[in-house]
Amino acid sequence: MTRVRGALGGKRFFITGATGFLGTALVERLLRSVPDCEVVLLIRPTRRSTPMQRATKEILKNDCFDRLRHERGDQFETQVASRMTAVAGDVGTDGLGLDEEGRRQLSRCDIVIHSAASVSFDSPLDAAVEVNLLGPSRVAEAMVAARDAAAAEGRVGPVHFIPVSTAYVAGTHQGEAKEELLEGNRFSLDVAWKSEVDAARRQRGDSEAESRRPERLRAFSKAARSELGGAGLHLLAERAERLREDWVKKQLVEIGKVRAQSLGWPDAYPYTKALGERALISQYGDLIPITIVRPSIIESALAEPRPGWIRGFRMAEPIIVSYARGLLKEFPGVPEGVTDVIPVDLVVATIIAVSGESLLHAAEGRPYEGPSVYHVASGVRNPFHYGRLVELIREWFTEHPLYDTDGQPIVVPEWSFPGRGRVQHQLTRASKAMDMAEKVVGSLPIRGRQAAWMAALEEKHLLADRALGYVELYGAYTETEARYRVDRLLALWDRMDEDDRQMLCLDPAAVDWDHYVREIHLPSIVEHARVRTTPGRSIQPSRADRARKAILSPDRHLAAFDLENTLIASNVVDSYAWLASRHLRAGERAAFIAGLVRKAPSLLALDRRDRGDFLRSFYRRYEDAPVDQLHDDGWELFHHQLLAKSFPAAIARVRKHRALGHRTILITGALDFVVEPLRPLFDEIVCARLSQKDGRYTGRLAELPPIGEARALVLADYAEAEGLELSESMAYADSASDLPMLEAVGFPVAVNPETKLAAIARRRGWHVEHWDKADGGAQPMLPIGPLDTRDAAKRGRTSSAALAGAVRRLAAKDAR
Amino acid sequence: MSPRPGFVLEVDRSTPPTLYWHGERFRMERLPEGSRVIYAPEPLDPLGDPSAAIRHALRHPLGDKDPLPALLHPGMKLTIAFDDISLPLPPMERPDIRQLVIEQVLDMAADAGVDDVELIVALALHRRMTEPELRHALGDRIYDAFAPNGLLTQHDAEDPDALVHLGLTDQGEDVEINKRAAESDLLVYVNINLVAMDGGHKSVATGLASYKSLRHHHNPQTMQRSRSFMDQHKSELHSANWRMGKLIADSGVNVFQIETNLNNDAFPPAFNFLQKREWEWGVKDRLAYLGASKVLDRTPAKYARQVFHSVKAPHRMTSVQAGEVEAVHAVTTDNVWKQQGVVVEGQTDILSMGLPYISPYNVNSILNPILVACLGLGYFFNMYRGKPLVREGGVVIMSHPTPWEFSPVHHPSYIDFFEQVLSETTDPIEIANGFEESFATDPWYIHLYRTGHAYHGVHPFYMWYWCAHALQHLGAVIIVGGDPAAVHRLGFRVASTMADALEMANDIVGTSPTLTHIHTPPIFMSDVQ
Repeated sequence: MTRVRGALGGKRFFITGATGFLGTALVERLLRSVPDCEVVLLIRPTRRSTPMQRATKEILKNDCFDRLRHERGDQFETQVASRMTAVAGDVGTDGLGLDEEGRRQLSRCDIVIHSAASVSFDSPLDAAVEVNLLGPSRVAEAMVAARDAAAAEGRVGPVHFIPVSTAYVAGTHQGEAKEELLEGNRFSLDVAWKSEVDAARRQRGDSEAESRRPERLRAFSKAARSELGGAGLHLLAERAERLREDWVKKQLVEIGKVRAQSLGWPDAYPYTKALGERALISQYGDLIPITIVRPSIIESALAEPRPGWIRGFRMAEPIIVSYARGLLKEFPGVPEGVTDVIPVDLVVATIIAVSGESLLHAAEGRPYEGPSVYHVASGVRNPFHYGRLVELIREWFTEHPLYDTDGQPIVVPEWSFPGRGRVQHQLTRASKAMDMAEKVVGSLPIRGRQAAWMAALEEKHLLADRALGYVELYGAYTETEARYRVDRLLALWDRMDEDDRQMLCLDPAAVDWDHYVREIHLPSIVEHARVRTTPGRSIQPSRADRARKAILSPDRHLAAFDLENTLIASNVVDSYAWLASRHLRAGERAAFIAGLVRKAPSLLALDRRDRGDFLRSFYRRYEDAPVDQLHDDGWELFHHQLLAKSFPAAIARVRKHRALGHRTILITGALDFVVEPLRPLFDEIVCARLSQKDGRYTGRLAELPPIGEARALVLADYAEAEGLELSESMAYADSASDLPMLEAVGFPVAVNPETKLAAIARRRGWHVEHWDKADGGAQPMLPIGPLDTRDAAKRGRTSSAALAGAVRRLAAKDAR
Repeated sequence: MSPRPGFVLEVDRSTPPTLYWHGERFRMERLPEGSRVIYAPEPLDPLGDPSAAIRHALRHPLGDKDPLPALLHPGMKLTIAFDDISLPLPPMERPDIRQLVIEQVLDMAADAGVDDVELIVALALHRRMTEPELRHALGDRIYDAFAPNGLLTQHDAEDPDALVHLGLTDQGEDVEINKRAAESDLLVYVNINLVAMDGGHKSVATGLASYKSLRHHHNPQTMQRSRSFMDQHKSELHSANWRMGKLIADSGVNVFQIETNLNNDAFPPAFNFLQKREWEWGVKDRLAYLGASKVLDRTPAKYARQVFHSVKAPHRMTSVQAGEVEAVHAVTTDNVWKQQGVVVEGQTDILSMGLPYISPYNVNSILNPILVACLGLGYFFNMYRGKPLVREGGVVIMSHPTPWEFSPVHHPSYIDFFEQVLSETTDPIEIANGFEESFATDPWYIHLYRTGHAYHGVHPFYMWYWCAHALQHLGAVIIVGGDPAAVHRLGFRVASTMADALEMANDIVGTSPTLTHIHTPPIFMSDVQ
């Protein structure tokens, strides 16, 4: 039996942050290499899962445990899983939110390891403060209480606390940073952590209040409208509120960053971590034995549980992948600077070794000498220069390029190590230019493939913004000139016996950087990034094929369709013009059409502003029109005009749904006599209807037309009445004003989307169909109906003359 | 000078290039020496006084039939059925023959005091005609007298209330036809007999029938056994229709058949060059050709199509006969042969043809790829008596742009047939067994057929069956200048020039094949010896 692991055998560990990258590796390693130990994990319950469910799903099922599962086979459950317990709690809450059972479990533990942290470098300040600054003290407080409770029962309780911090608490100053507490360190400003906590909490309140000022709220509403168009009140409100929350978050992120930088840290993460150490030591340094472990940048595993194991997309990975995709043309950094990276298994080994030592220390009855610190960093012992890193990455991706969607290899750019300012400037400029282009293109009335192109532009914009984000966030780390000494770590290494060293390698010198980057790290992140690594066109079914297959599964229930630009390339103005001009004399037709064409821009503008108002005002034109005649003409309109402008693939899709046993429903703001001929395609048609008097239309709607949010309601009512599930249903529509209907179903489909919907569909991964009119459909330039020569013979002069008269009056009005 | 008969030219060094239709355009091709080019006989002289000839025919019927006036009496139910928009091609200048004939029939009916008269367009599963088309065929006077009162109807093969089942033939074939027609005291059927297939018992048994009835002879097996369906005596299509016609007559349906022959003067004088033999082109013809082809080359196909569809043919009537169906049809068929027959010695390895913009099923519409196949392999290939012009295992080369274009108004089921059926198989029998039923009974297609101007859902299948004999007989089909995607979907090969097509054909028929070109317009029948 080895010394360290022997001391740990059969002990119980209380661990926070077990679902994280480091935490998962730690739990696995303990269960695999420390005999009979047990782990108690503090896990935040979510609405859907209990802590134990989360532990099973997020920890045991992670590929980190593949090795152990393979080694133990059938015994995995009894030998491994049974040694793990999860208790509900949250390091962001005072007292950790532990219940009675949680406290009891904690009191029966021997070692407490705190690895929970808000590691994102762009967390809002208040969140970072709650977790990173106050977290360690809260765990310590709970540990003290647990120890006292154990003592009351005559047991020992937890004896040692190991919080995981970061090497960067020392800031990014030049020179060497020793493994010592921040108190008394000449580089570390003595900041009153309590006032920082108060300030951060106050800041949240201030930002929230600021975000609710009328002009801000108006701006959020305006932004929501420009993004979604006429999507309806509810969705616009929801979006505006999201924008407000995002704004508050952004404010707090920014404040955190600026505050951290004003005190000498690159961002809020090390700043809150540093104050967290101070708070912990000042409050609990004398009450419980504490050993702080400060790793540098943790990356994929060197050897344990297997080379290259990594969890989640971390700091360097998105940058490297962006570079390999050719998106990040430059990244700032000092080539001769040291990139301090440490494989995760070395950090895990250090924590276990420190745990073992502390127990041995106590067992041997040696006095506690106060809190201490270990760095786990490579910069001094085994420096890895930034220039070399970049060179290795470039070489590797030149040999193993990623492939674009056409199956062409992507050539990686050569970095020239420019200053951070220059790169930032370039990226800001690119982002601004794209912003402008987007605004211009976004205001054009385009749809379908052009709109998809617009959405692609938006994605490029997003990528540029993200690249800018990386540079702003991580730039400081590639320029770090601090060197983290590891004398105490090496002393610990020296004290370990050969067996322990075999099992718990923690010497940074063990890493051969060239080998690590080429053979371990890069292959691993490429695998994780789900990028194309093979040339040629993919033979796998495309995303669109898979989406289509899902939509056309017999399991689905209902398919809802919009009409205009979804099934046919026509609109209410076209239909009206066709119907009306059919009863005009030759000379009048030209004047009528000219009038309508002149009106088109204002009609379009009204339609964009408010669909309901538009329909209400436009349908007035049918005032006095004879009902019977319009119903007859509706059929002519359909066969001569609408069918010619239909999308055959769309009609085939409706019929396909019916063939599969799905219900079909048409929901449109078009009028009943226009859509009547489509009835055989649908189980239900919900459309606009005009009220009638004495066989003539009054020009007023008989009821609210099914547009915007009303469509979602109509759809929901129908589904409920028929016992159908909306989550198993499809909705097809072309415009952002149809969002309520699209969002209501499980399978939304954007058909020939206009720009706003194209962008939304792309962002949300919605299926998009580009359906064309039949090549060869007769498409008259202007929607003019052929003269109805039956008028005189069939119906007598009165009715057609009345409509013609009504139209003539309107034409005259339009002309004015 | 009497019109010259048909002619087979052997191409030599002095032969000028040969004219090909190419959809809405023309091509000139220099054919290899030794190739044969077949020209139709020149237009026969028309009747001097068509109205008098019609009157004479109605009063002096053929076969066992009384003169029409003797068949008309007060209180009777009279129905006049007539051929639809698919005839003649191109549509003829006003007055249309149907108008001339029906006016005479109506005059006699009026004289006899008949007041229950209805007109029915015998469109089988074709699209319904539009008002302008009906006005063109019947004249405004007839249209305005009948249409507003609902006395001019279009046969609806999907209206169960308007059909009657007359029984089964001795071969078990359903005979189900238009109820009004079947239950009338007299059914007058007015034909325009453009090709030898038209008329006879096929007029009523097909033109006024339902899908249930039509499926017995509109299927690949029948078409493969019709060699050709232009030759009544060797056509299974006709045998079935004759069986049905007998049953119709035996059921007491009194059919008074009127058939008319046209000469082959298919294009107005501006297009004279089309129907002339190239070496006889005068300066005017050359200029007309140059002008037309230059303009057309610069005109988008869409507009060129509109121009061509507005062309009306100067067809003139050469003969009219009336009376009992079979006696009338025998005379008509003889007349068709007089105008269209060309004697050709022996078969050929390669048959070439230029396809125009029009076929019976796309008047005022688009010749979609399926119709391209049907026009070439269904119609032109089958215009023979004796044996096919091209030998078994030979190659057909057709010239047509074959764009991937369909009219969603007229041919909605064609679009789905092309997308869903031909993408799976091009074998007519597999297609019939696997897909026909679902298209034929599809409620959406039926809806469009009944309320709009769409061909019936099953119609594209019939177009494909029309090709069945050729598909079985040929070694390969090559379309010169076709849209590759559309041509490949049809299962054919595509060549960009005639030279390429001949080169490709060599793989099938050897390196020194014989080539025969059928020079249209006008169309003709080959009597292959």
